[in-house]
Amino acid sequence: MENQSAIRRLLPYIYWLVGIFAIYFLLNYLISPFSSGISLNLKTVVARVKEIGTFLVGIGLGLGLIEAYFYQIFFRQPSNPTTRIIMRSLQVVLGALVLLTLFAFFEITDLYRLGDTFLATVIHIPLTLFGTIQKALLGAGVAKASAGLWSGLVLSLIIIIIYGVIHLISIPRHSRLGLAYLLVLPALIGVLFLIIYPFLFEIKLAFSNASLGTQATKNAQYGLIYGWNNLVTLFTGKVAKDARFFEVLGRTVLWTVINVTFHVGGGMALALLLHRPMKLQGFYRTLLIVPWAIPTTIAAMALRNEFDSRYGLFNILLTDLNHWLTSVSQGTVNIIGIGNLFSWLSAHIGPVSWKQDPFWAFVSILISNIWLGIPFMSVIILGGLQSISKEYYEAAEIDGASKWQQFVSITLPLLRPVLTPAIVLGVVWTFNKFDIIYLITQGGPQEKTDILVSSMYKAAFQFYRYGFTAMFALVIFVILFLFTLFYLRITNGLKSVSE
Amino acid sequence: MSTSKSNPNPITKFLRWFFYRARGDSPFKTILIHAALIIASVIAVYPALRVVTISLRPNDTLLTTDLRIIPENATLDNYKEVLFGSPEKNRTSDFFLWLWNSLSVVSVTSIISMILAAISAYAFSRFKFPGRTAGLIFLLTTQMIPAGMLLLPLFIMLAQLKMINTALGLIIAYSVSSVPLTIWTLKGYFDTIPVDLEEAALIDGASRFTVFTQIILPLSTPALAIAFLFSFMGGWSEYLVARVVLQKNEMFTWPLGIFTYAQQFTVSWGQFSAASVLIAIPVMILFLYSSKWLISGLTLGSVKG
Repeated sequence: MENQSAIRRLLPYIYWLVGIFAIYFLLNYLISPFSSGISLNLKTVVARVKEIGTFLVGIGLGLGLIEAYFYQIFFRQPSNPTTRIIMRSLQVVLGALVLLTLFAFFEITDLYRLGDTFLATVIHIPLTLFGTIQKALLGAGVAKASAGLWSGLVLSLIIIIIYGVIHLISIPRHSRLGLAYLLVLPALIGVLFLIIYPFLFEIKLAFSNASLGTQATKNAQYGLIYGWNNLVTLFTGKVAKDARFFEVLGRTVLWTVINVTFHVGGGMALALLLHRPMKLQGFYRTLLIVPWAIPTTIAAMALRNEFDSRYGLFNILLTDLNHWLTSVSQGTVNIIGIGNLFSWLSAHIGPVSWKQDPFWAFVSILISNIWLGIPFMSVIILGGLQSISKEYYEAAEIDGASKWQQFVSITLPLLRPVLTPAIVLGVVWTFNKFDIIYLITQGGPQEKTDILVSSMYKAAFQFYRYGFTAMFALVIFVILFLFTLFYLRITNGLKSVSE
Repeated sequence: MSTSKSNPNPITKFLRWFFYRARGDSPFKTILIHAALIIASVIAVYPALRVVTISLRPNDTLLTTDLRIIPENATLDNYKEVLFGSPEKNRTSDFFLWLWNSLSVVSVTSIISMILAAISAYAFSRFKFPGRTAGLIFLLTTQMIPAGMLLLPLFIMLAQLKMINTALGLIIAYSVSSVPLTIWTLKGYFDTIPVDLEEAALIDGASRFTVFTQIILPLSTPALAIAFLFSFMGGWSEYLVARVVLQKNEMFTWPLGIFTYAQQFTVSWGQFSAASVLIAIPVMILFLYSSKWLISGLTLGSVKG
């Protein structure tokens, strides 16, 4: 009986395995006649799986060890004064090692340089320890190919043994908050390492003359004077090639305001149209969120294609419109007002050069981004509309309120908890969103469609002005931060958030 | 019609029925609304359909001013070349390689960020601890740091760690960026699950771990699915970070890959479109299929705050 239930329990996994193998062989069978033309092969796949697997094991092990450390701090206490000394000293040593590793990491990534000082030797203790284990392992001939991995495992084994010792000499303890902190810790570590640390690093970089000439941070000089120079260049000099800061800032504000206005307006219109009992509602909704569902890169590249001066959709339509207007104006040439009107229209409406004319290039990226952004906003607003109770409208209708009055005094105020964060995030995202620009116009012609962030990207990765870029980035951050504070102050948007 | 008693004239009757109704929308209004929605739908869908059209065009008529959706002499040659290379031009296809690169990087990053976010969102939702509010505000503030801004220090960091041009470098660059927002979304969703459920289970002797995995996670499947989808979609079509981190052709993710079609000496729009269709269709089906969840999850997160 026991045996049978074990098989039954394993059955789903067996099905999965069989399914995966079946798909694999089927694909293999289908693709094998063409496999000479495909550059992906099994070797690449296995190598990648191994690489990522090792990485995940390492991350998991590291996080697990840190969690275990804090678990013991929160949930174990020494049983008597003697063990207290042993336990605390072991924990201090471990904590010191972790801190030293952290400092060593900062040094490797060039946050600061210590050279050959005594401090450097101290900080390098964990690394030396690691190196020693690695050498010992290599010397014993245990692990040749992946000595780093194996010595990491050995090191964690030692740490686990220490944890075991601490566990044996301690007794459990109740902690009310310990669990919460343990749960928050992994995400906190991630955010600290990959968001806060780079941010601090950027501040440091902003006060340097790092560039391609200094081999990034290798030979860079740091000092307030460099920061000042960067700031002066930013406001008075050229930010990328020709563009100047305030010109680009103005364009960025225009870009953000136009985009967000159209996103919110268009989204609101579509949401109001959709928010009623009617046939085909789900069908329309599905079609309307198509621009959001298309991967951005594909959408941007496809739109870039459509802005081609001869074969793109927009100019084809405009050419047709022009022909139509011309024919109408020829037909109505005798009717005084209309004939003149149409000939004027046909002279002014026609295909435009989306790529060469800075104005139309800017319009083209605006059209693209508005098209891409409306669905998201309409989905958000539609969700907000659905959460408003119908009773308000019924009461208003009984009191004789018009549709417009209902919209202004019921819908808008009740939509505010949805709209405020959506608009703030929308502004911040649009302000920073330059993949559309980069993919469609690449900032051209003559950097006339660049916004701040795309100029910054160019300064960093086309002109390699690293220190300058860092200062540029800080200025952008300050602008956004002030905007958000200001907006939240006037709308009181964080009131609901903090509870 | 109940109103017809006072006015027997059929035309007036029809007009009244057509333009005016005490309750609900009149047919006239309904027609207007449907017309507006149809126009909006066409605007939303037609540019996307054009990509399909271009992918079906034979190579000699790629450049036309034709606006039909199914082109003349439609052919699948572009798809064949994208998928399996072309022996005549002695060119192999990198399509599957790009897909594999993207898939391996993005699925790992989404899983990492989901796990990190779900665990700490649970703590933020269920425990009152010193630093909770500060932590939440802090997470929101990190969203104000433009992604493009952290790119440069991340790039230098990865270069120092010799991780440029590796999948791991890209994984590291992607993995945390979506965590703060995901924590917010999930926390908002967890808040809507009654605490009573957990307390009952805890009294019955279940551990916190059991409560989390057996009660909270199953109940928040929609929110988890959305959060996963968001972080997956975010990384899946990301171009600018990948452009900086990956430089070798064999490491390219698909956004970098299909961009090479546009950079070749002769722009291969046909192949670009075919590759786009092949990549976009599965993602779009997934996205549109889950759109119902998407709406509920997004608004729950933001309304509850």
